[in-house]
Amino acid sequence: MTKQVQQLDRVIIRFAGDSGDGMQLTGDRFTAETASFGNDLSTLPNFPAEIRAPAGTLPGVSSFQLHFADHDILTPGDAPNVLVAMNPAALKANLGDLPRGADIIANTDEFTKRNLQKVGYTTNPLEDDTLAEWRVHPVPLTSLTVTALDNFDISKKDAERAKNMFALGLLSWLYHRPVDATVKFLESKFAKKPDIAKANVAAFNAGWNYGETTEAFSVSYEIKPAKLTPGVYRNIAGNQALAYGLIAASVQSKLPLFLGSYPITPASDILHELSKHKRFGIRTFQAEDEIAGVGAALGAAFGGALGVTTTSGPGVALKAETVGLAVMTELPLILVDVQRAGPSTGMPTKTEQTDLLMAMFGRNGESPVPIVAPSTPSDCFHAAIEAARIALKYRTPVMLLSDGYLANGSEPWRLPEIDELPDISVEFATEPNGEDGTTFLPYKRDPQTLARPWAVPGTPGIEHRIGGIEKADGSGNISYDPNNHDLMVRLRQAKVDGIDVPDLEVDDPDGEARVLVLGWGSTYGPIAAAVRRVRKAGGKVAQAHLRHLNPLPANTGDVLRAYDKVLLPEINLGQLALLLRARFLVDVISYNRVRGLPFKAEELAGVIQDVIDSD
Amino acid sequence: MTESLNGKGLALVPKSDAKQTMKDYKSDQEVRWCPGCGDYAILAAVQSFMPELGLRRENVVFVSGIGCSSRFPYYLNTYGFHSIHGRAPAIATGLAASRPDLSVWVITGDGDALSIGGNHLIHALRRNVNLNILLFNNRIYGLTKGQYSPTSEVGKITKSTPMGSLDKPFNPISLAIGAEASFVARTIDSDRKHLQSVLREAAAHRGTSLVEIYQNCNIFNDNAFEPLKDPEVRDNITLRLEHGQPIVSAVKAVRRRPDGSLEVVDRDGVDESEIVVHDAHNPDPSVAFALSRLDEPWFAHVPVGVFRSVERPSYDHEMSVQVEAAKSERGAGTLSDLLMSGDTWRIG
Repeated sequence: MTKQVQQLDRVIIRFAGDSGDGMQLTGDRFTAETASFGNDLSTLPNFPAEIRAPAGTLPGVSSFQLHFADHDILTPGDAPNVLVAMNPAALKANLGDLPRGADIIANTDEFTKRNLQKVGYTTNPLEDDTLAEWRVHPVPLTSLTVTALDNFDISKKDAERAKNMFALGLLSWLYHRPVDATVKFLESKFAKKPDIAKANVAAFNAGWNYGETTEAFSVSYEIKPAKLTPGVYRNIAGNQALAYGLIAASVQSKLPLFLGSYPITPASDILHELSKHKRFGIRTFQAEDEIAGVGAALGAAFGGALGVTTTSGPGVALKAETVGLAVMTELPLILVDVQRAGPSTGMPTKTEQTDLLMAMFGRNGESPVPIVAPSTPSDCFHAAIEAARIALKYRTPVMLLSDGYLANGSEPWRLPEIDELPDISVEFATEPNGEDGTTFLPYKRDPQTLARPWAVPGTPGIEHRIGGIEKADGSGNISYDPNNHDLMVRLRQAKVDGIDVPDLEVDDPDGEARVLVLGWGSTYGPIAAAVRRVRKAGGKVAQAHLRHLNPLPANTGDVLRAYDKVLLPEINLGQLALLLRARFLVDVISYNRVRGLPFKAEELAGVIQDVIDSD
Repeated sequence: MTESLNGKGLALVPKSDAKQTMKDYKSDQEVRWCPGCGDYAILAAVQSFMPELGLRRENVVFVSGIGCSSRFPYYLNTYGFHSIHGRAPAIATGLAASRPDLSVWVITGDGDALSIGGNHLIHALRRNVNLNILLFNNRIYGLTKGQYSPTSEVGKITKSTPMGSLDKPFNPISLAIGAEASFVARTIDSDRKHLQSVLREAAAHRGTSLVEIYQNCNIFNDNAFEPLKDPEVRDNITLRLEHGQPIVSAVKAVRRRPDGSLEVVDRDGVDESEIVVHDAHNPDPSVAFALSRLDEPWFAHVPVGVFRSVERPSYDHEMSVQVEAAKSERGAGTLSDLLMSGDTWRIG
C-alpha cells in the first residue's frame, strides 16, 4: 500500500502523559530529530513540580509542546495540531487547548474504567461523541509495545515503560523524522542496561513500523527544512545556553569561573551543566543554602574569580543582603535569577516575569544593580556574556533575569563565531595608586567608568580592607561622615546609570506605525509573532524589545514619546510599566496575564489590534 | 596536586623572603574597641604571631562577619573583608576554595558564628576547607549593647531577658566535634603563650580549624571567665590538653569510668595509670567529645587546648584535584568544542 504524503508548512505537536510516562524525554528526542532535519522549531515543556504526582490524575499530567516549520518561527505555538494523549488525564487536561479538527492520538489501553473515573469521565470519550470535533486515532500503545517486546528478557513493567518510545517511533514515521540519532541516544542512555536499550530501540522501531504498515494512519506529513541564515546550528535550551554563556564569559575574561549555588527549580540545570565542564577550570560549589551560594561566589570574586550564583525568585530574596555587600564593596558578581511563578514557593515549574522590581529595588539602602534580560533560549548565551562584561568592567553585581519559559524552552541556535565574541578581560590593580606613590586607595575610581580598582589578595603593596560599612571616598576607610555618605550614594548610582548599553532598536518596517509594542525578556517570541500577524493583516505596528532594564538605553524616553501609544505586555502586573511611567511620564498601556505560561501570539495580536483600533 | 597536604596547612602559601615583625602586621587604622576589651589582647597575640609563619603578607586574608570581634580585619595590614552577620565562613569558603595560595582566617563571635551563622559554621567544618576560624566567645552580644547570646548560661539577666534567659547554650567545642570538625581547640584571651601555641597548630592544620577563644567583654559581661584567670584558682580548674600527656589540672585528673565515660576526680589518690592520656589524633571523636562535656557552667574544671586534630582531605584540595583530573583526562576545554558538543547541522 502506498500511503499519501502531504506537505505542511508547520505543525504543533503536544505530547502529554503522566509525569512518569517520559513525556519530556519523548519531546526532547522528537525535538532533536526535528532540529537535525533542519526545521526551525520552538519548544514548551510544561510539567508539575511534583516528581511523581498520583498516577493518572490531572495534577500529574506532564506535557511537551513542539512547534516546527519550514520557515522561521518565534514561539512554541498557541494551539496544538496534534495531541498525543497517553491516558485519560492527559486528554482531559489538554483538550481545552485543541482547536477543532486537530488530531488526537490516544493510548486506548489506559482508558480503563478506573482511569476514566479518576478524572471524572463517566463514559469513555473515545467511544462516545465527546471528541466529535477532532480526528481521533485510537492506538493501544501499551499492549502493542508489550507485544513487540515479547521476546525480550525484561519485566512486563519495563516493557510497558517503553511505550513512550513506541509513540515516538509512530510520530517520527508520521512526520518523516530522521531516526538514527534516537537509536544512538537510546543505546548510550541505557549503555549499562543493554537489555533495556535493545527493548527501547525495538519499541521505537515497532512504533515506526506500526505507522508504516497499519491502516490506522493513511497520510504522513512532510515539513521541508527551513531556510535559515547559513551557519552551523544546534538545538539549545535556555539554561544550557546560559551555562555556555558563563563558560564563554570565563574564557573571554581569562578569569576562572566560580559558581556558588543551591539547588532550586528551575535554575538547577545551570549548576548541573557547569559542573560537567571542570576542564575549563570551573569550580562549582553546591552550598548549604542560597546565602552561602552567593557568599562563596562573592568571596571568590574578592579573590579574582568570575563569581556567579544561580537561583530562582525565593533564592534571590535570601541573597539580597549579600548582593548589597557586593554593591558596597564594588566587586563583580553575576546573580542569575531564573524567574518562576510566585510569591513564596508559588508554582516552581511555571514561568513569570515578576522579579523585575525585586531585582531593581529588593535590597536595603540605595543599592543600584544593573539588570540584563535575555529574550530567547539561545539569547541566554549572549546575555550571560553581557552580564559578565558589565560586572567586570564596572565592578558591580549584575542581575541576569531569565525565566522558566526560556530555561526549559529550546530552539535551533546558529553557533556564533568564537572570534566574534567580545573580549571582556580586565586588569587587576598591581601597585599603589595614591599620589605619594606608596598608598593604595581602593575606592579611587576610574574617571570614565567610575569603577574602583580590583585588587586581589596575593598582590604585594596594595593590601587593603573592604567591607559593608560605608567607605570614605578614595581611601575606602570606614566613614560615618554625612557628606561622604551622600557622595558615595550618588557615586554608586552614577556608576550604574553610566553603564554603556546599546540604544533601543525599533522595528517599524514602513515607518508609519503610531503604536509601539514594547517588551522585555522572554516575551520577545510571542510579541514578535503577534506583530507579524497584525502586519500581515495590514496593521501598522512598531516593535522594540528591552534587553537592558537597568540602566535603560539612553534613547528609551525618545522612543516611547515618538509613538501615540505604547503597549507593554508583561507576565506580571505591570512592573516595567511602573518604572517607565515614573521615569518618562509616558502613559504606557499595560497588558498583563500571570498564568504561569507564556503569552499566545494570537492573544497578543488581538490586543495589539485593539490598541491600534481604539482612537 | 595529588600529593598529601596533611599537616601542611600553609604548604601552598608563598613564603616571605624578608624577616617580619609584629609592626608589619599592624594597619594604620585606630583600634576602636572599648578600653579593657579582651579583643586587644587577641589582636596583639595574632599580630605578634603572624611573623612566625613567615608568609608573604599579601597572601594572608582575614574575613569577618559582624560584631565587635569582626572589626578585627581592619587592624591587620593584610587583605581583609568585613562582611555580613554570620556569613564569613561562606565568603571565606569561596575565597579559600578558589585560591589555595592564600592563608585565610575567619574572625567571628559567639552570636555571629553560633546564632545567625550557625549553618555556615557547621558546613564549613564538615567540608574541611582550608580555613582557620577564630571564635571569640564572650557569651554576650556586645555591639548591640548587651543581649544574651547562644553561649550565655541559662537564666542570664540581660536587656532582652530581664527575668533570665530560657534557652540552653551551645557548647562550641561539642558542636564543632559533632559537625565533623577535623581540628578543634580552646584557649583564652589572657594567656598569650597558650593562645599562640594553639594558633600555631591551627595554622599547620590542612583543613578547617576551629579555635574557641574565651574573651572578656568588660562592658556587658565582665569577668565571665574570671576563674580561669584568677591566679588563686586557675591552675586548679584548668585541665590542660596536650597530646600524649595525662589530662590533669594542679589538683584534678580525668579518669575513665567503667562504662567508658569520663569523670574528673581528685588527683590525690588516683593511680597515674588510671589517668586518661590525651590523644588529639584519635580518629574516633568520641573521647574528644566526652572531654568537651567535662565543661561545667561555673568552671569547676575546664579543658583547654587542642581537643581534636585529625587528618582528612581538605575540600579545596579535592576540588583542585577534580579540576586537574578533568583537564588531564579530556584536555583543557575550548569554546568551539563546547558549542559543537551536541548534535549540530550546517545550513547553507
